[in-house]
Amino acid sequence: MHPPKRTPGNPAPKTLSDPKPVQIVLIGLTFLFFTGFIFLPLSLVFSQAFQKGWEFYLECIREPYAVEAVKLTLLTVSVVVPLNAFFGLAAAWAITKFNFRGKAALKTLLDLPFAVSPVVAGLIFVLLVGSRTPFGSWLGEHGIKIIFSTPGIIIATLFVTFPFVARELIPLMEAQGRDEEEAALTLGAKGWQIFAKITLPNIKWGLLYGMILCSARSIGEFGAVSVVSGHIRGQTNTIPLHVEILYSEYNFTASFAVASLLVFLALITIVLKSAMEHQFKKTA
Amino acid sequence: MGIELQNITKKFAEYTALDNISLNVDSGDLIALLGPSGCGKTTLLRIIAGLELPDSGKIILENKDTTNLPPRKKNVGFVFQHYALFRRLNVFDNVAFGLNVLPRGERPPRKEIRDRVEHLLKLVQMEWALKRYPSQLSGGQRQRVALARALAVNPKVLLLDEPFSALDAKVRQELRRWLRKLHDEIHVTSIFVTHDQEEALELADRIVVINKGKIEQQGTPQEVYDHPANAFVYNFLGNVNVFHGRIRNGKVSLGTHHVDAPDELKHTEEKPSQAFVRPHEIGISKIQSSGSDLVGTIQEVRLLGGQIGLNLECEGFDNPIDAEIPRELYVNLQLAKGDKVFVSLNRVKVFTGDYAI
Repeated sequence: MHPPKRTPGNPAPKTLSDPKPVQIVLIGLTFLFFTGFIFLPLSLVFSQAFQKGWEFYLECIREPYAVEAVKLTLLTVSVVVPLNAFFGLAAAWAITKFNFRGKAALKTLLDLPFAVSPVVAGLIFVLLVGSRTPFGSWLGEHGIKIIFSTPGIIIATLFVTFPFVARELIPLMEAQGRDEEEAALTLGAKGWQIFAKITLPNIKWGLLYGMILCSARSIGEFGAVSVVSGHIRGQTNTIPLHVEILYSEYNFTASFAVASLLVFLALITIVLKSAMEHQFKKTA
Repeated sequence: MGIELQNITKKFAEYTALDNISLNVDSGDLIALLGPSGCGKTTLLRIIAGLELPDSGKIILENKDTTNLPPRKKNVGFVFQHYALFRRLNVFDNVAFGLNVLPRGERPPRKEIRDRVEHLLKLVQMEWALKRYPSQLSGGQRQRVALARALAVNPKVLLLDEPFSALDAKVRQELRRWLRKLHDEIHVTSIFVTHDQEEALELADRIVVINKGKIEQQGTPQEVYDHPANAFVYNFLGNVNVFHGRIRNGKVSLGTHHVDAPDELKHTEEKPSQAFVRPHEIGISKIQSSGSDLVGTIQEVRLLGGQIGLNLECEGFDNPIDAEIPRELYVNLQLAKGDKVFVSLNRVKVFTGDYAI
């Protein structure tokens, strides 16, 4: 027998809930923390951004370098997210549907980008394909520039955000098992039919959820991108890097104005994410 | 011949799941693969379906060697223990799946698919659930839809992997009878795997008892139940009392008691033996009817539906003996815990050899 589910309409029985004072203290602490660490900083960003009025704000975000930074960030996201969705799906598929040597190691290494500091991640690529390395200079001779240009930014972001999709899908696909795929197989379906008609619909919400987390991180990534980008205004500056440059030039209002764009993007992702979560739970 | 398995062997690392299994199934028969969990019966079923490959051996379905065919070309219907319905598809689309994935040239027209699905759902008494999703159905209903789905592709062979084991006792019994009836109507060669001897005895035309990757015995339910080939089969087919003793000069010792050895063992040399008696083949009386009766004391009385289970401590026996008697007899004899009774062993089955329980 399953215990009855506890939903908002069916709260914990009185005898099981904590005493009132404990509740008040815990809820109070949560609100205090929320105010101090999330609400205050957020409102500060906006008050700083609009300090010199609407017109100045619009000017700041319409300024060519800012526009270029936004474009570069969106370009990075639009390349990184589909690629990582594909890689993540492939990795999750391999790990959950097949048995092979080194599977456990692969599963552990999947978390490496989370464990490693983004700065180190950036440095890895500088050491790997920088212009002073043999491989980098070979690429340079063939007119391919990776470090201090857009490909470098994309590669660094790919690395840092790789685990999101796979980590979302692996537990989901493990829980669902192979039964449905095997059933489809005995019913005569081909590999791609099984994927399109059975596997993909079963993991669709998890996949989208992972992609949203992946885009949020891609938009905001600073450390790894900072190392490989070279901070060339209008060319290799993403939004977070542009914010940093403006800030170090004591151009606070402009800096916060551009930062507010990041906040907007983050808010959009959070809304999408919770909508997705809702769908995810409903159909899981 | 419906299904012909020749010398199937399958190993997982060091563990031998199937050890040189050969088996023939007549077209249209319903066969039970019966054995304890881990005996290899599910592996054998998956090998027939092509979901696993044997290390060696041949699988011949309807006189065609299918050993190396991929599962989708085997034309085998498979029913899974946990239903494995497609959770994102409704009942209609689940059943139609096997037809919808056919290449364009072979796929029947829409109208025909619809008619076929509706016909199958009527057959499994689920026609009212066309638009339902699997999560809205009970276990028994899901398994019936799964069966319709497997039948939709006109399989040459139907394979059922413990199809009722996830259901509760009442539904299980109902579905069992229903499946037997269905099989009598459609006559597709079928193999089902079970660890439940009752299910196998009630449902199957023939039973194949498997243990540790080997076939112990095969035959009709009657043959297997009445003439078990060895101690394992006897023990697996129902509750038993076991007496370890020796066979000597045509007599078998049970505790301090002796019974005549069966004819085929009359002249055997002295060796260890096991004697088995089923609880319902034990007679209980308040009056001694023959000199060979045992004297026992009722230690425990259990209600088992229509039967009464008695736990008896008998003079000269180390272990208690379980007996089952009709409730009527229990009432008529006015038995109670602590009573002294006379116990007769009506049917003793003796095996020699090193089989141990």
